[in-house]
Amino acid sequence: MTLESKIPAGNVADKWTQYKSSVPLVNPANKRQLEIIVVGTGLAGASAAATLAEMGYKVKAFCFQDSPRRAHSIAAQGGINAAKNYQNDGDSIHRLFYDTIKGGDYRAREANVHRLAECSTSIIDQCVAQGVPFAREYGGTLSNRSFGGTQVQRTFYAAGQTGQQLLLGAYSGLERQVGLGNVKMYARHEMVEVVKIDGKARGIIARNLVTGELERHFGHAVLLCTGGYGNVFYLSTNAMGSNVTAAWKAHKAGAYFGNPCFTQIHPTCIPVSGHYQSKLTLMSESLRNDGRIWVPKKQNDDRHPNDIPEDERDYYLERRYPAFGNLVPRDIASRAAKERCDAGYGVGQSKMAVYLDFKYNMMQRYGRTEASKLNITNPDDETLIRLGKEVVKEKYGNLFDMYKQITNEDPYETPMRIYPAVHYTMGGLWVDYDLMTTVPGMYALGEANFSDHGANRLGASALMQGLADGYFVIPITIGNYLSKEIHTKPISTDHEAFVAAEKAANDRIQQLMNINGTRTVESYHRELGLIMWNKCGMARNEKGLKEAIAEIQALRADFYKNVRIPGSINEFNPELDKAGRVADFLELGELMCVDALQRNESCGGHFREEYQTEEGEALRDDANFMYVSAWENKGDSWELHKEELKYENIKIQQRSYK
Amino acid sequence: MSKLMKLNLKVWRQKNAESAGNFEEYKIDASPDMSFLEMFDVLNEQLIETGKEPVAFDHDCREGICGMCSMVIDGRPHGPKQGVTTCQLHMRSFNDGDTITVEPWRANGFPVIKDLTVNRSAFDRIIAAGGFVSTNAGNAVDANSILVPKEIADEAFEAATCIGCGACVSACKNASAMLFVGAKVTQLAMLPQGQPERQSRVVAMVNQMDAEGFGACTNTGACAAECPKQIPLSVIATLNREYISAKMNGK
Repeated sequence: MTLESKIPAGNVADKWTQYKSSVPLVNPANKRQLEIIVVGTGLAGASAAATLAEMGYKVKAFCFQDSPRRAHSIAAQGGINAAKNYQNDGDSIHRLFYDTIKGGDYRAREANVHRLAECSTSIIDQCVAQGVPFAREYGGTLSNRSFGGTQVQRTFYAAGQTGQQLLLGAYSGLERQVGLGNVKMYARHEMVEVVKIDGKARGIIARNLVTGELERHFGHAVLLCTGGYGNVFYLSTNAMGSNVTAAWKAHKAGAYFGNPCFTQIHPTCIPVSGHYQSKLTLMSESLRNDGRIWVPKKQNDDRHPNDIPEDERDYYLERRYPAFGNLVPRDIASRAAKERCDAGYGVGQSKMAVYLDFKYNMMQRYGRTEASKLNITNPDDETLIRLGKEVVKEKYGNLFDMYKQITNEDPYETPMRIYPAVHYTMGGLWVDYDLMTTVPGMYALGEANFSDHGANRLGASALMQGLADGYFVIPITIGNYLSKEIHTKPISTDHEAFVAAEKAANDRIQQLMNINGTRTVESYHRELGLIMWNKCGMARNEKGLKEAIAEIQALRADFYKNVRIPGSINEFNPELDKAGRVADFLELGELMCVDALQRNESCGGHFREEYQTEEGEALRDDANFMYVSAWENKGDSWELHKEELKYENIKIQQRSYK
Repeated sequence: MSKLMKLNLKVWRQKNAESAGNFEEYKIDASPDMSFLEMFDVLNEQLIETGKEPVAFDHDCREGICGMCSMVIDGRPHGPKQGVTTCQLHMRSFNDGDTITVEPWRANGFPVIKDLTVNRSAFDRIIAAGGFVSTNAGNAVDANSILVPKEIADEAFEAATCIGCGACVSACKNASAMLFVGAKVTQLAMLPQGQPERQSRVVAMVNQMDAEGFGACTNTGACAAECPKQIPLSVIATLNREYISAKMNGK
């Protein structure tokens, strides 16, 4: 099968407008006859389900949590980008488009990214209309801040809880449609199989996690809005339940997987503290607006950070990247932290951490401004700290509290200790311009698809993409497919394809339960995570990747011999749920290594040690690797397909933030 | 590595909604740097390895924002510390040798599913009854065309930080959900976008709250004291005011 990205013809700035005015539509009476399944209720899923229901489609939505409001979009902290140019600082749709392509290290599709930038402004309007309480200025206008990889202020936020407020907005829209009877909501349900009839996606098998029963659900189209797969690393900033299972079942049913090795390691997370650690907590990128990152100039310096004088500190991001300083993109900031720690300059007990220090801006930026407002001339340090602290508290209070709660250290007094952690996956199911996977009728939205962030996502762009896909893209593009399905009557779930899919799911569950081994699911997940982090993490090389593939294969074989799952099938059994997810991670992990091994270049978050500049920056190979790798599942192996990327509007260059 | 603490746990075990439950006792060594849920992970791995059933408990984000975790610890929802969820509670808040009692949320509106896991879908139905602004995607005007004073936006935000965990219900002797309902009603009543449905919203949400079997408020204030997001008791006053005003207008 050849990959058809179906990018509309024409100038990049006009493609979406022209597409919208010429795409086939489904009339309101026909919409009422068409059923759509939405799996996942994060920003992409909740916004898609609500919007499609508003348009008249019959929607069924599924989530594994106990309520759609708990999807992990809720934990996004810092903000959401939009090219509103409210700050009059030269922002525009083109600039957001440009920043995103460059930030992605020239591995994203131009047409999709331009559409994303175009939709960004409507998202903010929509959210405000829903009653999302964004931060505001005293005059009543919306407030903005900066995020990494940009030189404008285009990030809208609600304290450090932007994801929560946006998700609750989308969730309220979804619940409104549930109340109106247009959406049927299935919480505590997990999709475990895709149902295909005549090559098209026609439904899913979902497992009721409370009773353990398998259920058959028909849909004219299936939307996967199931998030990313960062939990393949065991430790990540993802929620405990975040998983790849729905996307992986889709992959096995024929959906190609795009750029699986493109993983985002976020530079500012609270470091690991012990072997029992279950997850890592992010400290928002917004903190880099006011926090300065440094390590001691001396190796193995054991002094308390407050005792290290200014001239003995190495503000290495400001030193290496003067143009962007502490606000370089995430991949660059993460690698720079790793470089310093590997070279022996790390801090804290484990020496695998760097400082994020607010004192300078607390005093010199905010303290001085406040003092000046109060007409205090020559304020002393104590006054500056007191005044500045209030401002910092208002901006980041909840993050500082969270840090203190976890580490037992007060970041107003002592610099935060941070280290990179797995946060987001740019890779995902390959989709065309319509967001359709290679299985007709099956779509992937939000983090679950590969489409908009190339090899590195810029901060505050995940929320933007999730909501763009759900509110503004899929409601239009799905018409391109469903307009041809208006004669398809709902298919009975007694159809042999449903029976076969249910049997396949049931067989897998029986197989897992019958192993009766000795090792816990958790122990396999932890071991897989270590392999992935050490050999397919922030830095990769050929030897390590080859070892990782062999190790994962061996671990997978052992899992199917020795895993122990307590309890039974037909009851609430979280261990069984987890076992199914880990089984899928054990396959995905191998594909990620296979993908990383074939990409003999460094780009964005994918850093192959063999390919770097003399200064240690990522060295792309545009002549040979300017493509999306799209992997087709072949049972025991994968076949690589390539979607060549064309840059007609942006000049490709070595990415520089110096 | 900090020194391990030796703890005794009394944990509520209940096979399913129909069966009667009972307390089981466990001994566990915990590091003070662990979170409360990480201690339960360790306990569960031990139980599985010795052929016993692990304790079922709800959890997801483990950073205090999704609202999924829900344990009553020594009689208090989310444990002894103020302003944190169970997942953010660390073992350093306990002492070596402590006996800790862990139970599920207990309320008629939140039936037990298994062990420490309860069904909170009643909250979703209350939101579905009216906790929204009826605006379809595509209708919105430019975000800065309606100005909202900062103090109003801040107050709406404070109410909007509710994570829907249900600690308020669990803490209340009447199992009242008025802090939860009041938070959403307050958020939308403050903002200009919430005005058109202001009165119908509060009536619909309160009706659903009553239908779900949650009790009335008798101003004890346990809800606000135990709320991990410190939603203030004043949202209940706002809820009452909004409700009375709507009723007087014949809604």
